[in-house]
Amino acid sequence: MSIASQDAGIRTGRVARTFIYLVLLLFALFYLLPLYVMLVNSVKPLSEITGGGMMSLPQVWTLEPWAKAWSTAQIGVEPTGLRPYFWNSISMVVPAVAISTILGALNGYVLTKWRFRGDTILFGLMLFACFIPFQIVLIPMAAVLGTLGLSGTTAGLVLVHLVYGIGFSTLYFRNYYAVFPTELVRAAQIDGAGFFRIFWRILLPSSGPISVVCVIWQFTNIWNDFLFGASFASGDGAPMTVALNNLVQSSTGVKEYNVHFAGAILAALPTLLVYIVAGRYFVRGLMAGSVKG
Amino acid sequence: MGFLDIDNATKSYGAVEVLHKVDIAVEEGEFLVLVGPSGCGKSTLLNMIAGLEDITSGEIRIKDQVMNGVHPSKRNIAMVFQSYALYPNMTVGQNITFGLEMHGVPKPERDKAMADVAKLLQIEQLLDRKPGQLSGGQRQRVAMGRALVRNPDVFLFDEPLSNLDAKLRVDMRTEIKKLHQNLGTTIVYVTHDQIEALTLSTRIAVMNGGYVQQLGTPKEIYDTPANLFVATFMGSPSMNLLPVKIVAEGDTLLAETTSDAGAPVRLAVHAPSDALKSFAGQTVTMGVRPEALTDVDGADQRSTHVERFSNTVTVTEPAGSDTFVTTTIGGVECIARMRADTDARPGQPSEFAVNMEKAIFFDPKTEDRIV
Ligand SMILES: Nc1ncnc2c1ncn2[C@@H]1O[C@H](COP(=O)(O)OP(=O)(O)OP(=O)(O)O)[C@@H](O)[C@H]1O
Ligand SMILES: [Mg+2]
Repeated sequence: MSIASQDAGIRTGRVARTFIYLVLLLFALFYLLPLYVMLVNSVKPLSEITGGGMMSLPQVWTLEPWAKAWSTAQIGVEPTGLRPYFWNSISMVVPAVAISTILGALNGYVLTKWRFRGDTILFGLMLFACFIPFQIVLIPMAAVLGTLGLSGTTAGLVLVHLVYGIGFSTLYFRNYYAVFPTELVRAAQIDGAGFFRIFWRILLPSSGPISVVCVIWQFTNIWNDFLFGASFASGDGAPMTVALNNLVQSSTGVKEYNVHFAGAILAALPTLLVYIVAGRYFVRGLMAGSVKG
Repeated sequence: MGFLDIDNATKSYGAVEVLHKVDIAVEEGEFLVLVGPSGCGKSTLLNMIAGLEDITSGEIRIKDQVMNGVHPSKRNIAMVFQSYALYPNMTVGQNITFGLEMHGVPKPERDKAMADVAKLLQIEQLLDRKPGQLSGGQRQRVAMGRALVRNPDVFLFDEPLSNLDAKLRVDMRTEIKKLHQNLGTTIVYVTHDQIEALTLSTRIAVMNGGYVQQLGTPKEIYDTPANLFVATFMGSPSMNLLPVKIVAEGDTLLAETTSDAGAPVRLAVHAPSDALKSFAGQTVTMGVRPEALTDVDGADQRSTHVERFSNTVTVTEPAGSDTFVTTTIGGVECIARMRADTDARPGQPSEFAVNMEKAIFFDPKTEDRIV
């Protein structure tokens, strides 16, 4: 990989290189523009925005919109801000990501190292989960949650995301473990390690990159989900995305764009953080298996 | 009853039978080598002994205990894999003691066992490293350490040297042999390298196509191969196989062929068996190892029966200690092993000596040796 790109780098001339960087810079600016707009408008008073200065830096800097979005904005019945919904999302996303990742790893382990008759078909069926559009399952899922007595609860939402997430997490781990040497498992068997011991002591310690990929993927998807949150969570139990929508859509009074911008950034912050912290593992993990060594 | 009994063991994958009624009894302290070309079922048989593959039919017993269905960790065996299979996330020390830990051996005992093995294999300074920081030869040692520390009844090796470079392979070969001599353990060792098989083993099972072709000591396998497959597979350069006509002349039996000039070459057979006599008048295949086909001065001094003939040399290949000389007899290219300073020259006629004590005969139809 790196050698190939180095070679290409040496061969391209200086002019071409400058051109490439210019184009890249342009793209970067293009993508950063919305972020810029959101940031500057979230720290200026509403009057400056309605006065038509969308692109300009604030004349008066203020953190008030952030404070308001977080703790006092009117979203539900009470003026609570986004704070309770943020915790709703956290208490949904953490168990959903953790459990789907662990189950995905276990599935991948079984599907590659404890093969059984029909395992490929089973895996194919699990992959289906990655391709079923969300809308199709809304009504059956509501019925299932109702039967289980989980309608409108965070636990119910966790279950929905779990079911949807396992397809992807299984896919990731299965492909990762498929190239994991089976001889290691056999050696561990001879050494006397059982099913779970082999998993904990041999496979999991070597699964860092793929776990990061899986966690990032699940976290982003579940955190950003709107449809399931809007369908299966009731009022106070709604996740962040639904609350943000309610904040922005609220029809009473003036539209406080600065508060909306601050709220939107707050809603995006956790995923951003996950990417910044674990991003380089993400790329490394995606490459793992595709390139040897 | 042997120490390790493989009793009519068969292995099938679905409808395909890849091992056919393998029957081998291994004595305690024996070094059995399974050798054969790729895909002949060596690893499958080894994995069946280890318990990593089921036995389709037949039985495998260790110390008279039936092992069919017994978990690998309960068989008191240890295995060294071709890829070494060292746990990448553990240090060398942890790799070596993992098996003991899994068997519930207390830490002080584990550490003592590890220290002993590390000393034996001279890997004491590597104990804190990860496998990724070791050279191939060091990994090999660690893999052997992991097997030794358990003090198993049977050691299983699956092509343990095939990932090493030529020099290291020879060194490790000697080391494994020393280890076996010092510890007296029972070993089953898989390789496709016939030199490894001959140098290491006390007995060899030559396999092909899921059948054991011959089971015997290295000398038996080398000197009296049971059939043409074993004859050509073992030995390098491989055995010369000449079509000869068997002619009875009074009391003596002659093997007749022609030199490249078309002159008859008549070689008296040494101590002919009755079976061979019954082939009189027919063409059979005579097998002569390159070292039994030499220049006259290089012929085995202890042999009581050396025949000579003259033939043209086609190619000479000096190989340092010997010179390999190619010549065509009876329309077949043969390789003779001559002294390094032989005066055989390509295109020139030369005198050849055949050690008839070492000549063997095969039935060209069944490909079995005529005994
Ligand atoms: N899971 C399987 N399903 C079907 N056939 C198999 C399976 N595993 C092995 N075989 C077949 O069994 C035969 C023996 O395989 P085995 O691995 O024992 O060969 P080997 O002698 O160890 O060869 P090598 O020297 O290449 O390692 C081969 O023909 C192989 O194709
Ligand atoms: Mg093999």
